[in-house]
Amino acid sequence: MRLLPGPLRRKNGNDKADGNGTDGNGRNGGNGNPDIPGALLVSRERDEAIVNGENGQGAKEQKALQRERIKEAATEVPATAIGWVDERTGLGPFARGFMFRKTPKGTNWFYTLGSASMFAFLSQAVTGVFLAMYYRPSADEAYTSIQHINNEVFAGELVRGMHRWGATVMVVLVFLHMGRTFFFGAYKYPRELNWIIGVVLVLLTLMMALTGYLLPFDQRSFWATVVAVNINASGPVIGPYLADFLRGGAEFGATTISRFYALHMLLVPGLIAALIGAHLYLVAKLGTTAPPWLKAEKKRDLAKEEI
Amino acid sequence: MNAREKEQYLREYHVLKGQGKPFFPYAVAKDSMMAVFVLFVIILMAALFGAELGPKADPTTTTYTPRPEWYFFFLFELLRVVKPPELVFLATIGIPTFCLVLLLLLPFIDRNPERHPLKRPIATLTGIAVILAMGYLTIEGALAGAPTEIELSTQPQYEAGRSVAASSGCLGCHRIGHNGNAGPGPELTEIGERLRAPAIRRTLLNPTAPMPSYRGLSEKNPQQFDELVQYLATLR
Repeated sequence: MRLLPGPLRRKNGNDKADGNGTDGNGRNGGNGNPDIPGALLVSRERDEAIVNGENGQGAKEQKALQRERIKEAATEVPATAIGWVDERTGLGPFARGFMFRKTPKGTNWFYTLGSASMFAFLSQAVTGVFLAMYYRPSADEAYTSIQHINNEVFAGELVRGMHRWGATVMVVLVFLHMGRTFFFGAYKYPRELNWIIGVVLVLLTLMMALTGYLLPFDQRSFWATVVAVNINASGPVIGPYLADFLRGGAEFGATTISRFYALHMLLVPGLIAALIGAHLYLVAKLGTTAPPWLKAEKKRDLAKEEI
Repeated sequence: MNAREKEQYLREYHVLKGQGKPFFPYAVAKDSMMAVFVLFVIILMAALFGAELGPKADPTTTTYTPRPEWYFFFLFELLRVVKPPELVFLATIGIPTFCLVLLLLLPFIDRNPERHPLKRPIATLTGIAVILAMGYLTIEGALAGAPTEIELSTQPQYEAGRSVAASSGCLGCHRIGHNGNAGPGPELTEIGERLRAPAIRRTLLNPTAPMPSYRGLSEKNPQQFDELVQYLATLR
């Protein structure tokens, strides 16, 4: 409680600057946690009433009152904590601006597709962390560690299923979100840059799907990835180099799987998280579009009324 | 968009935004409901379909037909549309890269200030056409199975080679007689006309992309590999 900012602390009253030891009422200072600001202001009057007239009414009532005081102090904690963070970061105006900004008239369910894509990504991140606790990225052990997850780990198959099907859900949501943006003309001025970031996010999502496909290391994932890397290799000029980089050599080998693992676990999700941040910043800054069939009629109506 | 159109848009948007509701709690409530629904769908699919795990990856087998995840079918099926081998790079890299660049540059290509989908018919029709094309390619990819039987009859001494070919996943990408998929790879019904056995052997070991190499089979089971080469050479 010493961490409380000065101005808030002073509210407690000057007679008890420190809160150490016992205060004037013979009450143990630590007991009622008198250092929590605000709360004491409310309860002080009652304290004085106790001291003045009803001191003899017994410890029972005093205890009940103390409990009441602790309750009041506790309800003040979130506000105090927010104030404490705000004073040190200055995030208050930004957070208020983000949460209480207006969304235009006509905002409908199509506008939830973006946040749903982000939620799918978060779900992938959480299930991915749990899978990473058991997964071993080597050609020898990958398959057996997945078998272990499926058959022995508690709820392992469910979490792996959520990760596997979550990928499908995320790809579908990202494409739907892109379709919404396209048909609503939401990529136009002033949101061009956010469209470009979005296209890069689509590409990164597909890269996640591709690099994750190899990791279970069963026949299906292995051969599909061989073909996918061969497709890269057919590209002009950089194709063969890109394929060599992905394989970690000229042939599919022991390094390939750890290479895909690093891309899938670190590089691509890091880029996605950073770009989602930029995407959201621009959304908050520029605002979401209004549905294109809505026109601002207000001024014309007003003009009519005036006539 | 010129300065006047920009100004007009911003003014109109400002009015519509002024008539809207705050993000919290209205949009947050919708987003949260959607998030719950998404999580529900993910858990439902995980519970219903589980997380299958096929047999362990084995680089020496050739019996497995590579199939991508269904949302990559539209890219994979492009390989079937483009037939001549010297143009394969168009299907593998060319067209997807071109489409990606178009997509990135979309706001600079479509500078029409109109936003209503019905008032910009070219953009809307193009979008619908792209979605239909992707849907068509995806369905094509979903329907293309991987047959394991070659009905085309052959001489008795090449029977062994025929069964190797049938079980080696060739038909996933090639057509032999009435069996197999017409692409991404070329038809093999008359491959013996075009290539002699040594050339077929070289192609199997160092194929053109995206076909996987049969080096694994040639090292693990040279006899089967020879039978396969001999059988393919008889197709004419």
